Amino acid sequence: MSGDDWTVRRGRGRLAGIIVVTVMGVLATAFFRAQVIRGTSWTLQSDSNRLRLVSVPAPRGTVFDRYGTVVADNVPSYSVSLLPAPLDSIDAGLRRLQPLLGLDADDVAALMERARAEPRLPLLVDQDADYDKVAALEELRAELPGVFLEMRPKRRYANGPALGHVLGYVGEISPGELELPAFDDYEQRMEIGKIGLEREYERELSGERGVRYIEVDAVGREVASFQGQPGISALPGEDLELNLDLGLQAYIHEIFPPGRRGAAVALNVEDGGILALYSAPSFDPNEFVGGIDPERWVQLNADPERPLFNRAVVGRYPPASTWKVATTAIALRLGVLEPGEFMPAPCTGAWALGNDMRRCWNASGHGHLDLAGALAHSCNVFFYQVGVRIGLDNLVREGARFGFGDVCGVDLPEESSGVFPATLGFWEDRYGFPPTENEVLSLAIGQGPNDQTPLKMAQFYLALARDGSAPAPRIARTGGMEPEDAGWSLGIGPEILDAILDGLRQVTAPGGTAYLSTLEHWDLVGKTGTAQQGLADEPAHAWFVGLAGPWGEPYEIVTAVIVEEGLSGSTAAAPVAAKAADFYLRRKYGVPTDSIQTLREHYRSGVPARWAGQRRPG
Amino acid sequence: MTWYRRWAGDPELVTLALVLSLAGIAMIFSAGAVNVPNPVTEGAWIRQAAWLAISLAVFTLVTKIRTGWIEGLAVPAFIVAVLLLRLSLAVGTGAGTAAGMEGWIDVGPVRFQPSELAKVAAILGIARLLATREAPPTYLRELVAPSVLIAVPLLLVVLQPDLGTALAFVGLLFAALYWAGTPLHLLFLLASPGLALILSFNTWVWSAYFVGLALVLVIYRRSLFVAESLSVALANLGAGAIANPLWNSLADYQKNRLLVFLDPALDPRGAGWNLIQSKVAIGSGGLLGKGFTQGTQKRLDFLPEQHTDFIFSVVGEELGFVGALGFILLFALLLRRLVYLAEATPRGFSGLVLFGIFGTWLVHIFINVGMTVGLVPITGIPLPFVSYGGTFLLACWAMTALAVRVAREA
Repeated sequence: MSGDDWTVRRGRGRLAGIIVVTVMGVLATAFFRAQVIRGTSWTLQSDSNRLRLVSVPAPRGTVFDRYGTVVADNVPSYSVSLLPAPLDSIDAGLRRLQPLLGLDADDVAALMERARAEPRLPLLVDQDADYDKVAALEELRAELPGVFLEMRPKRRYANGPALGHVLGYVGEISPGELELPAFDDYEQRMEIGKIGLEREYERELSGERGVRYIEVDAVGREVASFQGQPGISALPGEDLELNLDLGLQAYIHEIFPPGRRGAAVALNVEDGGILALYSAPSFDPNEFVGGIDPERWVQLNADPERPLFNRAVVGRYPPASTWKVATTAIALRLGVLEPGEFMPAPCTGAWALGNDMRRCWNASGHGHLDLAGALAHSCNVFFYQVGVRIGLDNLVREGARFGFGDVCGVDLPEESSGVFPATLGFWEDRYGFPPTENEVLSLAIGQGPNDQTPLKMAQFYLALARDGSAPAPRIARTGGMEPEDAGWSLGIGPEILDAILDGLRQVTAPGGTAYLSTLEHWDLVGKTGTAQQGLADEPAHAWFVGLAGPWGEPYEIVTAVIVEEGLSGSTAAAPVAAKAADFYLRRKYGVPTDSIQTLREHYRSGVPARWAGQRRPG
Repeated sequence: MTWYRRWAGDPELVTLALVLSLAGIAMIFSAGAVNVPNPVTEGAWIRQAAWLAISLAVFTLVTKIRTGWIEGLAVPAFIVAVLLLRLSLAVGTGAGTAAGMEGWIDVGPVRFQPSELAKVAAILGIARLLATREAPPTYLRELVAPSVLIAVPLLLVVLQPDLGTALAFVGLLFAALYWAGTPLHLLFLLASPGLALILSFNTWVWSAYFVGLALVLVIYRRSLFVAESLSVALANLGAGAIANPLWNSLADYQKNRLLVFLDPALDPRGAGWNLIQSKVAIGSGGLLGKGFTQGTQKRLDFLPEQHTDFIFSVVGEELGFVGALGFILLFALLLRRLVYLAEATPRGFSGLVLFGIFGTWLVHIFINVGMTVGLVPITGIPLPFVSYGGTFLLACWAMTALAVRVAREA
């Protein structure tokens, strides 16, 4: 402004003064209202009281199986915590709680350590106090300052031991997990899915925690809920519907050879959904809820049987003779083999390529066989010759194209990809020298550098039961994202598929390796396998991968079973797979499940099986 | 006490500033007296006292600079400040009260916030620019140059991101333009795009506002060029249109801080909880308060910023309405004194500097105190002289020194 305009300046100055008075007046009025008039809602009942924020955990979503049976839900449990306070008060509080909750000196020391590390957080003393203890605490409430009792949802798994590997379990979020960008909005002490579906669908299942504002008195006793600001209710997690059949899963757990390690996978042919996924030995996820007992944790981890290891999707095994079907598919696709064709050399129990002498499992030999016969008897000599016809280069290329070096894309946080040479460079990388043509002999019979998960083998047979393509196998039917590579195709036509299935039918025909596992009500086909381990004197793993369905109809279920050191696919693995398929189909079609299932069981029990060996057309 | 009069230059203003500074140290001491020891708040009052000593030394030095020199230094100071702001965006260490701010530069052991220096420089810069005018601005286009001048440091501060300090720049721009004699309807039109931005949360409110704006444009059509009217209308429409994308570009913590004053439940664990605690602390202070260092809410160390941005809720809890009113009164006297000094000085530059300081402090005080009772959104903005923070205290005292010097020299 021009410096000499006195009257304008006076006016501006006066208005500025009015603005100052107004602004300060507004502030003073706001404080007068808040402090002197004091709406009741924003004040505490006593001047010495304080306001605390308490998180309200959200109940996790319920998990249902394909028939709507509850697989995982929540039950109420009580937790006991101490509200934040100076360390000496915490210490005193713990000493008072010690006899009531049955804590030992080590527990108290550990809790004190925790209180020191996280002074601003409520100290969780007992996550799952039983009802008697809670009742005792309630009675003594007045003498227990700072003790905060809270009902919170606790996870419960139906048929836990059968489902441990699929569902996983929940536990307190670890410092490492808190660092992960995916868990940005998580805070300490929160429960989180650790492994399995609980982890995979953590976002959907977890819901959103709420808050409560509570008023506590000077010694930390809860006085009332705060009136000024209502809390926010927890938002329960989304429910999850599974493709899984809980009954089937439990049944497999029941019939799996006791004391054996292994895995079983069942897939629904129609949509590729996972009906059952079992790994033996299993564990009970309920043990982990609310924090697993440290001793039990050590025991589970030290167990040489490795119960926490999910053999169905992480375990890798040589696929052995079950892979001969892949060899067949490749040979048919490349046109080096005709469906009815006999190999030039008969099986005499062994076959030599140059001076490399390879044996058949049957030392007395199978004689002349066509494809179906070779599959039925799982004749190595036949497939050595098929392998040579295909050639190592082609076999490796086609096998990799079939996805044997990839993952299936199952909706679990952990999955092993198959081990399969993608190119001939594989041998150089791994062993330092190029492969000889003889490598094809091992690969053709499912040995050599070829390790597959049970799920992968199931997915391959799933493609055979469909139109040569298979989706990524999914456990959950809802939630999560659609897998990107949902489509996966072998690229083989219906004639080839028919030829392969014809061969597989011979396996369960009289004289086939799995004849004794045939079923009364359903058409079962498949392939046995006996996988030699690295050392010849170690017992072999037993495989069976098969398809089953009503006679004359498309197959409805794929089952893959491996029994570690089960010696023979026919006797150890095939019965489990057959009985599982039978159980699923019987329940689906309303056939009573209490009668004898396989032919072998008929022989054992002496009840004649009139149906044995009869193919029933349509 | 003649030495005090001579040293202070303007004993009334300086005494008010001293009382506020000492009361601030006392409150910071109290804020550090908590149940759960916190290394940040515990010794903070000692550090603040040290900074006060430094500030007083700087005050003494700055009051020795002649107004002519100050006027001459305005342009270089402004350029340096803008460069430092740009630099802090590149090398900032982000130790602000709000997470992830880049507004700090380490100079040896000292943390230093260029945005505080920038406020002082901007006050001098705009005073220098407007002092060259012969007569008050009468056309909107005459406000373009001062607005652009302030927009440069303002945008750099927004990028840090520090919305609170950005508002201080808005305050000093408007205060300086006001004192330069700008007609009030022009100030309204200049502010209108900002109002449109704020009001665009509701289509109806915004529409009503726009009709009102159109009326103003019609009423004052004689003093406005058509191009000016059109620009204002377009700027308002544009502000309404970009409000949404702009809002979405804010970080979640910023959105929550802005919104929780409407509904604390939006961020029940973060800003909302702070606000609830602050309101309860103030409410439970009552008429006389719980007594110095006796606040029970504060004792829980409920606010990570209770010694900086939320210092006034400690005042409210411990000293009650009487104490809060006392502080508010001191601030009112401080601001009133600045207005008085501006009225008294015949020099255009001096009055503009005084009003620039006035605008800055008014915004700081209103927003900081207002947010503790939920009157305005939570913005990370400290309370002059009282909040903990070395650079900020220093800047406040530098402004005081400038005010004293330019007012004394006719």
